[in-house]
Order: sequence, then structure tokens, then C-alpha cells
Amino acid sequence: MRRVIKNLISALVALMFVNAAHAAGELHIFNWGDYTNPDLIAKFEQMYDVKVTITDYDSNETALSKVRPGGHGFDIAVPTSSHIPIWIEEGLLMQTNPNEMPNFVHVAEQWRNPDWEPGRNYSVPWTWGSTGISVNTAMYGGEINTSELFFSPPDELHGRINIVPEMNDVMNMAIMYEGGQPCTTDKEVLMRVRDTVMAAKENWKSIDYGTKEKLVSGDVAVSMNWNGYSKRAREENPDIAFGYPKQGYPLWMDNVAVLADAKNVENAKLFQNFLMDPENAAMISAFAQYANGIAGSEAYMPADLASAPEIAIPAELQSAGVFVPPCPPEAQQLYTAIWTEVQK
Amino acid sequence: MAETENTSSVLAAQSHQVAIEASRRNKIRNFRLLSMPALIVLTIGAAGPLLIMLVYSFLKAAPYGGVVWEPSIDGWFGVFLKKDIFDGTISIATAHLSILWRSVNLSIQSTLLALILGFPTAYFIATRSVQTRNLWLFLITIPFWTNLLIRTFAIMQVIRDQGIINNFLIGWGLIESPIEMLYTDFAIMLGMTYVYLPLMVLPLYASIEKLDFRLVEAAYDLYATRLRVLWRIIIPLVRPGIVAGSILVFVPSLGAYVTPRVLGGGKHLMLGNLIELQFGQGRNWPLGAALSIFLLCVVMGALLIYVRVAQRGTTEHV
Repeated sequence: MRRVIKNLISALVALMFVNAAHAAGELHIFNWGDYTNPDLIAKFEQMYDVKVTITDYDSNETALSKVRPGGHGFDIAVPTSSHIPIWIEEGLLMQTNPNEMPNFVHVAEQWRNPDWEPGRNYSVPWTWGSTGISVNTAMYGGEINTSELFFSPPDELHGRINIVPEMNDVMNMAIMYEGGQPCTTDKEVLMRVRDTVMAAKENWKSIDYGTKEKLVSGDVAVSMNWNGYSKRAREENPDIAFGYPKQGYPLWMDNVAVLADAKNVENAKLFQNFLMDPENAAMISAFAQYANGIAGSEAYMPADLASAPEIAIPAELQSAGVFVPPCPPEAQQLYTAIWTEVQK
Repeated sequence: MAETENTSSVLAAQSHQVAIEASRRNKIRNFRLLSMPALIVLTIGAAGPLLIMLVYSFLKAAPYGGVVWEPSIDGWFGVFLKKDIFDGTISIATAHLSILWRSVNLSIQSTLLALILGFPTAYFIATRSVQTRNLWLFLITIPFWTNLLIRTFAIMQVIRDQGIINNFLIGWGLIESPIEMLYTDFAIMLGMTYVYLPLMVLPLYASIEKLDFRLVEAAYDLYATRLRVLWRIIIPLVRPGIVAGSILVFVPSLGAYVTPRVLGGGKHLMLGNLIELQFGQGRNWPLGAALSIFLLCVVMGALLIYVRVAQRGTTEHV
């Protein structure tokens, strides 16, 4: 026992020295959980002699409400496209001008000037993806590229559907299903949406995260899901396919931005530039299983990733994908009222 | 002479009195000083946040979460009333009411079930020999070592469609298709009972342990039936334990968040989830704050009624 303790102490002392020797710089990243490739971080730490810490969050709202009051100690956050305008408007982000960084040339043309952040003065792409439908094809053999499976499911799917508790995704998908525009405040559309969702809910088994476990175990046959997560589910159960609702589905991109009150600004900028290198971007994708926004990164990705059906959207379904803007407070209020009504 | 003696003895008595009084005051002061740390912690830890909630509930919602520092009663308006989003008519917030009703109803059910399961357990433990009692109590507290979330997921594993119970029943050919237990109100109730059961057993045990079993013997000697002994002797005497245990189960059940989220499948909200929705995706902090204060009032009201009823029962018997 005494030897164990002695070893432990010497190990601790050694660790302290390692840290001391290593602590040339620091970088504190605030990112979604289970999303950051440890190899990517190790590479960055080694390259720039910086100690990186990562803290997880689970929703855009959580991230926003933790960063807003200050004193959080983070240098970098990764807000979703639908929330970037809020972060910028509230002055939470620092203008680091990624568009002038050397690696910006690698950013794919379509992500250089996105609607949510014209010109990219703040953020660089992390990953992007879609919110669609995962189907266990062993349990359901019909057409999967339709949100009818959620909102007007065939009898055989009754009680075998899971919806993720993301109010805005559900509402916007239902709005598009009823032929409206995302973030609409059109009462006529919303009335139809409410009736549709209220009726559809009777056929849903659950409104919950944990989509992968539910699909893999066969607890549900259909679930609203994110494309990369669906791919991970397919690795555990080859019957799971991903569909893109032709009536419309939300697209999103998570973006790496430096916080206005960051302490390690130079390291944060180095990190932004580092992420736009195709080889590094490929590492993000390899771990998270989502596409990134960097041209030429496919060459460094695992063989099956770039061409996977969850990543490569079929040409005829591409136009149905919509980058949802942050919905204005009036819309949000209406959606919350409907969503509460649905779950009462 | 006698008079002076008298005066001096009066004086002595007086000074003695003064000394007692002084030491009493000292004692009180010491008690006050000693209780200060706890009081300070409670004030900062409990009253402070509550005050913030109260203030927030009377402010205006900021567009993307948070509050604007302008007084408003919209939050409280939203707790009880709703403006129809389509025709603008104002009516009672039925959605909130039905969520409140579900919360109260399931909490009462959980409390009753915990009492039914907890009472025999506590009685059993209290009637063991002193040495073995500690072992049993130790076993009761073991679940507390495990995180609440993990215990909840464990229950989920037991009752899911492909879970232990259903697999067992199907394996033995007792049922054809799985019984749907997960993602129902029953699952929520079961989960809350399981999670809070030790909180019922421990105060019950403390009461039953103090029970004077000679009274039970006396009742038997007077030809009371077993049921009558339980009803007229044991239950009235351990009432404080029943009251404490019920409160300890009922209160956290009413505000439960994790259990309904995981076991209820999110199809039906409880008050805790409704509050979270307002602070999170709903971006309406004042309504969330008002709902929290409202929940607090419901708990206090329920406790007042409960304690009063329980007390009345005691006085009848004494």
C-alpha cells in the first residue's frame, strides 16, 4: 500500500512538472458534448504549445445563458447558425476576421458568405448537417424521404415514433410540412400546424433524445434525428437509414467563434485558422461524423464518410433543406404556446 | 439587624437572579451566534435565489432569453391565463392547469405507494435486534450512493419494451407482446417512488424505533385484533414519522425534472419540465420564474393543509 501511495505521489509530482513545462499558453473551448476529436486537440496543443481545456454544453440556450453574464473563462464557443446572429447582436463575439486568415482560402465557396453571417467576420465552419428522419428499414419498408412519417404516419408506425424535444426543429418541420415558411407567424398556417401536431402526437411513442439507443434497440422504428448521429446508429445496426423530408427539413452549421471577453485571444485565433486547414477539418468530421465546410478535406477523411448517404444529400432533395434563421420573439411565443399545448 | 440581614439576603437573592438572567442572556446570545453561520448560509443559499426569481417574475422577457429591466406582470398573467394565439380571446391556461394536476396527482400516488412499501420495511427493520438494524439501514441507504440519473436509467432498463420484465414474461410465454410501461404516467410514478423511497423509510424507522411496544402488548392483552392494534395504537404513535416521510417524498416529486424527462418520454410534461421549457427553448424567463414561485406556493399550501389535517388526527387520539 505504501508503495502505491509513493508511486502515486511521484506520478503527481511528475504530472505537475509536465504541466508546468507545457503551460506556454492556454485555450478554453466551450463546445457541444461528444463533438471534439481528442486527436485534433492533441495536434493543436503540440503544434502551438498550448494547453487546451474543453467544457461541454447541451443546447444553444444553455451556452448563451452561461456566456452572457461573463466570468465564464471561455475563449471559444461553437454556436449554431440559427443562433449566431443573436450572439453577434448581443456583442458576445469578438470580430477576429477569419476572412483575412491564411487558411480562409480553404473554406468552400458556399460557406464563405452565409446568410446568418455575411462575410464571416466572426466565425469559421465547424460542421454542418441536417435534421431528418432515421428509419429502421427492417421494421418499415416504405418511402423514407417524407415527414409524413412524423405528422401523418401509416398505421403500422403508430406508437413506434420518437421525436427529439427540439421545439424549433419540430415546429419548423411541421410548418414546412403544412406548406409554410420557417419562423412564420402566419396564423392560418400555425392553426393547421397545431392541429396536425396535436393529432400526430397520439401516434408518437416518446419525445426524447437518445435517438441512437432507441433505434438500435428497436424500441422505435422511426425517429427525428441528426444525420451524423444516424450514421453512428447505422454503424451499430445496418438497417438504419436516413431520410431527407421532401416537404422541407432544417439545415444547420455549427461555427467556431471567439468570445468578446476571451483571455487567450491569440491562441483562439490560431485555433480558428488551424480548423480551416483541410487535414484538420477532416479530423473533426472523422470524429463527429458530420460534413465540414472546408474544401479538399474529403481527401483526408475515412473512405466511407464523404460519400455516406447521411452526408451526401441526394440532388433532388437538396433544395428542400433550409437554413433556419433565429425565429423572432413573436414566433417563438406562438411556438412555445403550441408546444406546451402538445405536451400538456 | 434582622432587617439588614433580610435586605442583604434579598439583595443576594436579587443578585443571584440577575446572575441567572445574565447567564440566560449569555446563553441566548451564544445560541444566536452559534446559529449565525447556518442562518447566513440559508439566507444566501435559499432566500437570495428566491428573491431573484420573484423579481424576475415581474420583469419583461428579453427577446432571446434573459430579462429586460422593465416591470411587467406578463409572466404571472401567463401562469393562469392565456391569450388564444389565433383569435386573441383570453381564457384560463388549461395547458398549465392540466400539467399542474398531473404533477400533484402523480406526486400523491408516489407518496402513497412509498408509504405502502415503506411502512412494512421500516417496521421490519425497527423490530430487528439492535446490531442487525444497522445493517438493514445501511442497505436502505446504498441506493443513495448512486447518481439519481443512473438510478432512473436503471428503472428504464427494467421496464422498457425489450427490458428485463417484458423479456422475462415473454420468455416464459406468459404474454405475447411486451406490456407498454415505459413512457407512461405509470413509469413516472414508479420511478419517483423508487427514487424517493428511502426518504420515506428513514423517518418512519426513526418513529417506529421509539415506539413503546409495551403498549402494543397491552392492546393484545385487552383482546384487540391485529388490525385494530395497527390502526389504533401503532399508526397514531408513529404519525410524526408518516408525516415527515410523506412530506419528504411529496415535495421533491412535485418538482421532479429528471424522472418525468427520462421515464415519461417527454410526451407529458410535469411542472419541472414546463419551467425548464420556459427558461430554455421557450426563452420566456419571467414566465419560468413565475411558474417556479407558483410551484413553491403550491408546495407550501399542500404542506399547510397536510400538517393541519395530520395534527387534528393526533389531538383526537391523545
